[in-house]
Amino acid sequence: MSLTYNRKIMDEIREAYRAWGKALDEAFAVRPERLKRFSTVSDQEIKRIYTPQDVANQDFIRDIGFPGQYPFTRGVQPSMYRGRLWTMRMFAGLGSAKDTNRRFHLLVKEGETGLSVAFDMPTLMGYDTFSPRARGECGKCGVAIDTLKDMEDLFEGLPIDKITTSMTINPPAPVIWAMYIAMAEKRGVKREALGGTIQNDMLKEFIAQKTFMCPPKPSLRLITDTVEFGTEQVPKWNTISISGYHIREAGSTAVQELAFTLADGIAYTEAAIERGLDVDRFAPRFSFFFNSHMDFFEEVAKFRAARRMWAKIMKERFKAKNPRSWWMRFHTQTAGCSLTAQQPYNNIVRTALEALAAVLGGTQSLHTNSLDEVLALPSEEAATIALRTQQIIAEESGVANTIDPLGGSFFVEALTDRMEEEAFEIIKKIDDMGGMLAAVEKSYPQKEIADSAYRYQKQIDENEKVVVGVNKYITEETLPVEILEINEALEKYQIEKTEKIKNERDNKKVAECLERLGEACVGSKNVMEPIIDAVKEYATLQEVCDVFRRVFGEYRDPGIY
Amino acid sequence: MKDRKLRVMVAKPGLDGHDRGARVIARAFRDAGFEVVYTGLHQTPEEIVQAAIQEDVDMIGLSSLAGAHIYLFRRVVELLREKGIDDIVVCGGGIIPEEDIPKLKKIGIREIFTPGTKLEDIVQWVKENVKPRIEGVKCKVK
Amino acid sequence: MQSEVKKVLSGDVRTVARLIRDIDDKVPEVREVLKALYPYTGKAYVIGVTGAPGVGKSTLVDQMVAHLRKEGKTVGVLAVDPTSPFSGGAILGDRIRMQRHSLDDGVFIRSLATRGHFGGLTQSTRSAIDVLDAMGKDYIIVETVGVGQDEVDVVRSAQTTIILVIPGMGDDIQAIKAGILEVGDIFVVNKADREGSDKTVHELKLMLDMSQEKYEEGRWKPPVLKMEAVFDRGVKELLEEIEKHRMYLAEKSGGTSFRKTRERIREELSEMVKNRIIEEVFEKLIQSGEFEKAVNSIRAGETDPYTACEDLVIPKLNLAEEHGRKR
Repeated sequence: MSLTYNRKIMDEIREAYRAWGKALDEAFAVRPERLKRFSTVSDQEIKRIYTPQDVANQDFIRDIGFPGQYPFTRGVQPSMYRGRLWTMRMFAGLGSAKDTNRRFHLLVKEGETGLSVAFDMPTLMGYDTFSPRARGECGKCGVAIDTLKDMEDLFEGLPIDKITTSMTINPPAPVIWAMYIAMAEKRGVKREALGGTIQNDMLKEFIAQKTFMCPPKPSLRLITDTVEFGTEQVPKWNTISISGYHIREAGSTAVQELAFTLADGIAYTEAAIERGLDVDRFAPRFSFFFNSHMDFFEEVAKFRAARRMWAKIMKERFKAKNPRSWWMRFHTQTAGCSLTAQQPYNNIVRTALEALAAVLGGTQSLHTNSLDEVLALPSEEAATIALRTQQIIAEESGVANTIDPLGGSFFVEALTDRMEEEAFEIIKKIDDMGGMLAAVEKSYPQKEIADSAYRYQKQIDENEKVVVGVNKYITEETLPVEILEINEALEKYQIEKTEKIKNERDNKKVAECLERLGEACVGSKNVMEPIIDAVKEYATLQEVCDVFRRVFGEYRDPGIY
Repeated sequence: MKDRKLRVMVAKPGLDGHDRGARVIARAFRDAGFEVVYTGLHQTPEEIVQAAIQEDVDMIGLSSLAGAHIYLFRRVVELLREKGIDDIVVCGGGIIPEEDIPKLKKIGIREIFTPGTKLEDIVQWVKENVKPRIEGVKCKVK
Repeated sequence: MQSEVKKVLSGDVRTVARLIRDIDDKVPEVREVLKALYPYTGKAYVIGVTGAPGVGKSTLVDQMVAHLRKEGKTVGVLAVDPTSPFSGGAILGDRIRMQRHSLDDGVFIRSLATRGHFGGLTQSTRSAIDVLDAMGKDYIIVETVGVGQDEVDVVRSAQTTIILVIPGMGDDIQAIKAGILEVGDIFVVNKADREGSDKTVHELKLMLDMSQEKYEEGRWKPPVLKMEAVFDRGVKELLEEIEKHRMYLAEKSGGTSFRKTRERIREELSEMVKNRIIEEVFEKLIQSGEFEKAVNSIRAGETDPYTACEDLVIPKLNLAEEHGRKR
């Protein structure tokens, strides 16, 4: 029985639905349906129409309710965008620290309210530019950080006590974070005052993004060290950004993104509780990071379901009492994998729609991709258009005038329920395997994602799914897009810069610091203070990471295809 | 004599971990009847070339999405040349700016597949352009 | 041909790689090279590693290679992966876990697909072993998924066969019992940090004890080892057991190299003869369409299978005359 409509009304609706169905059959007899099957980009089948019958089991207060109230389906803050708009946070990083610093100053001037750092591949993997593994990669998809000096150059002149900084870094997250803290303290800014995020989500690296260093178990230990340290000493810092973004980019469906991300969150929570931390002290500093893909309603439903699921998990499973622990705050980035190299200007439209879904899904911050991202690193002009896209949504479209405008839509509510249900089923499966760490070791999520990715590509190849400009409405001519090139001399510059630092620093002190860090790794002492000490002496990123590799071992690609 | 089987290598040079494309293309090659040697992530050009020789592949497909393709692809071709190998076709895919394509082709990369290329088109291209390198021991025996 | 043989003997990687390709593609002329290489074989020690998908075979092989290299031994690896029955293609991914050895000149790794040819896998793998042997590798490790008779036969060509299982695979242990218990010389329970590893070890020991005839007095009694290959735990102990098994074999054969014992020669030759008959008779009947034609005739009631078989096989049996001697 419906919890919102009485029996009589439901009967009337059912009757009217039948009558409509009859008329529909007649219409389709003359002209059949446009497609054999209507489904989302994740291949969820979608019905012709949604009615109160589809949400018959929903209870308004219990399931939808009000923003800022459990289970937060409509948003985490009571005021949502009526109070403050989402943070427009654009991911940037290129070339040297000095180049990126220039871009940051420009973005702050353009009205951006939070910085987001992209690092180059060697930095993401914990190698110095000097390493043979780093050849040809310096500064290619982000900024190169070898030592504290690079971190100092990166934030030169930027008000780090006022802005928040998000750093997309995973295996070397403790080191990069330590450099940020060290940089701040050298400038006289206390660690308690620092606000920002480190991604620090290793499970999704094994699952999807494949930037790994140590095996899963010690990786989880390092993460728990950062959570512990953050809870005690850097209270305004988000110590993990539990990320579904990369899982989706690797080819998962929306439901898989939801399920695997939350299952990762559960694993981190369990690890921190096992460390003896109070869930209500650390959980409020967990944040999330989702993808916003092309299927508009599926995405909106995903965001709403995610919030509701996390609230339930925290309250019911982990018995958290602090409402802030129940909050799922998340950052969103539009889907890089939805952009096309063909007719690249169409990407502006795609990104706009994806950004709209993120906003209607109630995101706390948003990165919009640049139209040229599929071709190369974003040019300044393209990055500006992407930022303007957000500003148009925020200030021209009127969608931020009311909170959760799609709440109560039969379709959106039904889809929200269904995605929650399916995602919880997957989480149950993972629990039965012994949790996400065990599932990752068994390569379960990796295999599921590989299957989804292949299925989707086949659907595109067979024109079951349309990608404009790729398999439909193809045009021959390509518009020239201005593309940013990275200076090849950068590698040499960066190597020399680090070399100079290594010659000038106190190498004895560095060795002692690294020795102490090694002891902390072998034992159970928190690694953060020893790392901060080491980077203050200008130990390089790789020198610190090599200690991890030595003690914990190196993880290699298990090759799931 | 039996039909020669096409052996291809799908390789991920460099540090970027975006292997969705590489994995999808490996499956498509398998489904097209090729034997596909997949190297896994984070390979140096040296490791790729050595593996290609040991595996006696007819083609190396390189995938890169993090902008280091010019260096990495070029190095693979250079190493093959240094070892006197001129009959392994090298092609590439991933996020590669339009203007880099002629440069890469000039270096010796036979074809570049950018995002959005259909799997079947890639498979078709391989079938037309890569032939099993039959002039092996067999010819010299006679 | 002389130069090819010389190149193999001098360890030329490209020649070896190409030769294995020719073996795999069943190029008839390759037999001449194999004949010339035969006198140089029999020196390598061949280890077979088998087990269900996901038990960590490649990871173990990778660690074994690392250990053997530390001792200064050279190693050849043949990693066999299944061919897709639908497309005839295969993804050969075992190499991924061993790539760190690819720049080491003392290691040669080759991925092979099962290709599903009529029992030919054993033959071609054995020929590939011969090539790596002649090339001078001290150890040759053959890795296969332990399903199907073909692959069991492959590991049978090894001196020491290692069977890998993981805890909590109760059903698979039953499968081992049915198929390859007899061929296992050493049993390894990998991923021993997982729950139930002691139980698995116990079950295996029990099963081995029950197959008594094999383990009569003085015969090799397969040990059951625990291992965490990813963390290199238990690998050293495994190599020690392999060494013990090697000593046992040497004692038993009175110094004759394993591959050249009467028993082995008989087995290998009979295998080769069977394969050759299949290749010369059966495959040709398939290719020429005669086989399908006979099937149709039987269906149409024109003949019976017994007569059809005679009609097909008898004319093919005079092989020497049909081919002339190739010399």
